[in-house]
Amino acid sequence: MTMPDDSLLSIEGLTVSYGAVEAVRGIDLTVRRGEIVTLLGANGAGKSSTLNALVGLAPRKAKRMVFAGTDLTGLPPETIVRRGMTLVPEGRRVFSSLTVEENLMLGGAKHAARGNPAQVKADMLERFPILAERLHQKAGSLSGGEQQMLAIGRALMSSPDLLLLDEPSLGLAPQVVDRIFDLIGNLRDRGLTILLVEQNVAQSLEIADRGYVLANGRVELQGSAEALRSSPEIQDAYLGA
Amino acid sequence: MDIFLQQLLNALSLGGTYALLALGLAVVFSIIGLINFAHGELMTVTGYAVCFALIWGLPFPLAVIAGLAVAMTAAFLMERVAFRPVRGASGTTLLLTSFAVSAILRVLFQNLISARPIPVAIPASLSGVVTIGPLHLGMIQLISIIVTLAMLLGLNLFLHRTMAGRAMRAAAEDFAVLRLMGLRANSVVATAFAISGLLAGVAGVLWVAQRGSVDPLMGALPVLKAFIAAIIGGLGSLSGAVAGGFLLGFIEVILQAYLPESLLPYRDAFAILLVIAVLLFRPQGLLARKTLVKL
Ligand SMILES: Nc1ncnc2c1ncn2[C@@H]1O[C@H](COP(=O)(O)OP(=O)(O)OP(=O)(O)O)[C@@H](O)[C@H]1O
Ligand SMILES: [Mg+2]
Repeated sequence: MTMPDDSLLSIEGLTVSYGAVEAVRGIDLTVRRGEIVTLLGANGAGKSSTLNALVGLAPRKAKRMVFAGTDLTGLPPETIVRRGMTLVPEGRRVFSSLTVEENLMLGGAKHAARGNPAQVKADMLERFPILAERLHQKAGSLSGGEQQMLAIGRALMSSPDLLLLDEPSLGLAPQVVDRIFDLIGNLRDRGLTILLVEQNVAQSLEIADRGYVLANGRVELQGSAEALRSSPEIQDAYLGA
Repeated sequence: MDIFLQQLLNALSLGGTYALLALGLAVVFSIIGLINFAHGELMTVTGYAVCFALIWGLPFPLAVIAGLAVAMTAAFLMERVAFRPVRGASGTTLLLTSFAVSAILRVLFQNLISARPIPVAIPASLSGVVTIGPLHLGMIQLISIIVTLAMLLGLNLFLHRTMAGRAMRAAAEDFAVLRLMGLRANSVVATAFAISGLLAGVAGVLWVAQRGSVDPLMGALPVLKAFIAAIIGGLGSLSGAVAGGFLLGFIEVILQAYLPESLLPYRDAFAILLVIAVLLFRPQGLLARKTLVKL
């Protein structure tokens, strides 16, 4: 089904266990260059565990775990991020006592080798004028939507090839959610590959190329976004048709 | 009024030393959730280093530099050998580990050096008294106030103006996310220990300079005080540690000055009562800050 050479991320048999709790039970997952792939599922399905495991923040085992030709097995988060895959974690988690500018600086701190940090920062501030206005404000004083922009901006400072987004629309007002989804589409158009975890199923399937549905730590459904949108399971469970 | 001003300077000098020590505890706690009870032994080791450097004939300033270098190295090694293997373990495990490190070091000092105080040859120029108007201030006290303020200023600049400093502040908030910035967890923790070692070293030099001797338990009492100070300020908050240190210094000096003679032996008990009072009103400490310790 998938040509092995155009896959940027390829995972087989990923499991995540926290002590006795098995949050992810052997999933296969592929993300190809230039795609938006969305990972859907109910609360507790194992979506965050999967993303955290990919960047090395959750305890993981896998038969195969390859990103851009690098075997991820045993690599710590800092090394994985330096190879070009980064995560915008659930709940944004900006450094709230640091200024907006300092958050962005830390995002780009170790990535001079991957691009020109000054240029990346200039692009970023052009993309997020609101952050340019608030450069010297504490990140904790921003609104939820602004913090989400900052969290994404901070991750982009490392010029990643693959961006993992964990529920970027969580707790935001509908207009703000629209702006976040627009942004995600724009990023893809500029060549970034995205793995998107969302509860907002309708909007995610609209911008995604493909999707996976997790239930109890297993892949329950997968396919193109169109196929998922029209599948009876998704219609019943998420789109309320 | 002059007497009051005099006491204020005494309090600044004592409180400053507590503040430096409390800050050293807080820097480490804020990042890895460890209360390092072996922090006092870093002071002691500094004292011995200065003492032996002087015996070997190094001039005093070089002996101080040697002492600080030894303190930073000892802190660094402590992390590497004892604390890194238990990083991320429960608070109790961390606490017991630090008690063990402290106990082992004390026994080593007693058996390899001496159980009794060793005199340290502090230059006579440091034992003078400076008279500013009506105030008489010990040279060492004056130096200790100046050094404390310089250290606080320096640390503040480091934390706000350098990338390593920003990384430390970020790590105190959310260590896991800091790693997502591509910054190595191990180097951030090592930096925190080196800084805490430097702070303990400076406090150790000031302490030895005032007492003129060093013994295996030298660090125990001041670090207990610093621990109380850090709690008053709100564990994990750096500005809280400084505030708590100065506050405790003031309380002790005021009690020393104004308690009736018969109650003086209970000075520390009164100081702790006041601390309890502070905590009754602000259980999180004066300048508490939510700390997120996740790896
Ligand atoms: N650090 C942890 N320790 C123990 N159990 C955990 C931990 N993190 C997650 N879990 C458990 O693993 C399971 C999957 O959680 P996960 O956060 O991956 O789900 P999710 O799909 O992201 O859910 P949500 O939509 O609520 O974010 C849940 O049962 C959760 O309680
Ligand atoms: Mg989640």
